[in-house]
Amino acid sequence: MREKTPPGIVQEAASVPVKAPARLPASPGGRLARWLVSGPPLLYLAVFFAIPTLIMVLASFRFPGDFGGLAPIFYEDETGRHLDLTLENYSRFFSDFLYTELFIKSFAYAALTTLVCLLIAYPLAMLIARSPKKQRDLLVLLVILPFWSNFLIRVYAWMIILGPNSVFLGAFNRVLGVFGLEPVTLLYTPFAVVVGLVYVHLPFMVLPLYANLEKHDPALLDAAQDLGANAWNRFWRVTWPLSLPGVFAGAALVFIPAFGIFAIPDILGGTSGIMIGNVIKQQFLDTRDWPFGSVLSIVLTVTAVALAGLAAAFARRSRL
Amino acid sequence: MALLEIRNVTRRFGDFVAVDDVSLSIEAGEFFCLLGPSGCGKTTLLRMVAGFDAPDGGAIFLDGRDVTGVPPEARNVHTVFQSYALFPHMTVAQNIAFPLKMTGVAAGDIAQRIEEALDDVSLSGMARRYPNELSGGQRQRVAVARALVNRPKLLLLDEPLAALDAKLKEKMQLELITLQKEVGIAFVYVTHDQQEALALAHRIAVMNRGRVEQLDEPSKIYGFPANRFVADFIGTCNILDAEVVREEGERVLLNITGLGEVETVRGEHLRSGAKGVLALRPEQVCISHQLSPGAEDNHFAGRVFDFLYLGDVTVYVVELANGSRIEAMLPNSAPGRAKFFEPGDSVEISWRRDAGRFLPEQSA
Repeated sequence: MREKTPPGIVQEAASVPVKAPARLPASPGGRLARWLVSGPPLLYLAVFFAIPTLIMVLASFRFPGDFGGLAPIFYEDETGRHLDLTLENYSRFFSDFLYTELFIKSFAYAALTTLVCLLIAYPLAMLIARSPKKQRDLLVLLVILPFWSNFLIRVYAWMIILGPNSVFLGAFNRVLGVFGLEPVTLLYTPFAVVVGLVYVHLPFMVLPLYANLEKHDPALLDAAQDLGANAWNRFWRVTWPLSLPGVFAGAALVFIPAFGIFAIPDILGGTSGIMIGNVIKQQFLDTRDWPFGSVLSIVLTVTAVALAGLAAAFARRSRL
Repeated sequence: MALLEIRNVTRRFGDFVAVDDVSLSIEAGEFFCLLGPSGCGKTTLLRMVAGFDAPDGGAIFLDGRDVTGVPPEARNVHTVFQSYALFPHMTVAQNIAFPLKMTGVAAGDIAQRIEEALDDVSLSGMARRYPNELSGGQRQRVAVARALVNRPKLLLLDEPLAALDAKLKEKMQLELITLQKEVGIAFVYVTHDQQEALALAHRIAVMNRGRVEQLDEPSKIYGFPANRFVADFIGTCNILDAEVVREEGERVLLNITGLGEVETVRGEHLRSGAKGVLALRPEQVCISHQLSPGAEDNHFAGRVFDFLYLGDVTVYVVELANGSRIEAMLPNSAPGRAKFFEPGDSVEISWRRDAGRFLPEQSA
């Protein structure tokens, strides 16, 4: 019976869950309707996810072309036509610790981002979930309000907020000066990258948490209190364990995109804040070494999927 | 000294007075019912005893100690919630262990206490199940076991059987009575179901509009309702407008509007000229084709308007000459197929003079 309640990851990850095709009457029209409903998303996944991924996997075993792109997949010599594939791109990745280090660093930034998002989002989601019904919709609207303006513009705004001419930073530095401390620089540091990552991903943590917390039966907290639990125990033994599906969903929604992102470190990170996403972008656009860029992308995807799988397994084990 | 004393407790929500100057005392070991229609204030009163709500006026004493401002977690009072509120992420054993952990019972003792608690509610062997793997009745028992495992001074039950079907409900009622006797803890049981209250309680407080209308043993509440509300709310009752005409020794004559005079026995409120109603239970009213010799004290001719066959009894609605209707209940105790009066039959209804009860108009 333990399978009765599946882990929340897949179900709660998107606020529009991908449901199994609804059971329709087994008439000839029903079968057609089923395909009409499930066909377009399947086609979309095939064209924009499965096929490109396969192309990328293949590319990771090929040689780069002389002027970027990919070398021809076959070469000819006196013995005939041969497949021109190699493992060299992978050996390059594993032999140069620089890339592994970048992965670890990106992992650390994404993990820190996830943690900070969780710490900010949890109280916020709890506040929204426990507000009167009328206010809740407004508060949720406020959480998603930033989506109404362009992502890059919002990140550029942080450049100004964190930059040398920032009013806030200037004031802060003057206070530091009063105590005889050196002024601090924020822009083009890992700090700026994490601030940007947290800012951009926060709603993706708030929404699944809210969706989860809002469903909690308030009677459970009454019961816990009635049975002698103080405020901390009510949270730690009732609210928190019941919210874990939301926590896992939010963590996945924040961690996975933050792990591979390049725009934010590009704009806010300078040279010290570089992440793996920047290197992948470099390989494709600047160095024009598509095979090696593909290797990095594949390692990134496999790591992210493995982590998500681990989280889902953990969620299932804790019966949530 | 009573175990629980509610002294002049009032609770308002805006202009609405949910609980209006209620005073009650509940003794140790008692099975006490708060009975009333929805919105009568019984649940608000219960929540104030549990500590989830605070009175606007008055005080609540538990074991002689004023607990009015004490939060629920610090009161030695536990509640069985209507929805049971079992923790869905914990097994039955973990649910029952929860209050023990909260009060710092030694880890070594917990297992044994759980065992005993499960045994009390005949759920041994269910310790590792999760709430969603239990039936409604089993969940209800887990909720009771969890609330009792700490041996509280007082157990509050908020309509705990409302979600169960009739058959199971009856079974659980019997179990609750036995359990309460066994553990000896005072139960305060909130319900809107008068049959449940009559079956379970040692004493019942009938509440209406935030006030206690009557507080007594079940048989007194049923047999001697204090006023029209109680008579009407508990069981079914024929309510006839009546006025006291005169007293003749042990007999008192009433005038029933549109019917004529009936006799009743002497009792309180029966002063000449007093106006009110005569409350008459259907099972006190006899029905027959013609008056038998040695007829009852009060009788009227009427016509069967309709009947309700309930299996064990049949309730006949008899229309009298003045158009008023009286219900009479007849047990179907004779062997063979029950013999019915058909709608339209001319019948005589009668009742003894000591049946029925005159209730004076309430000074509003």
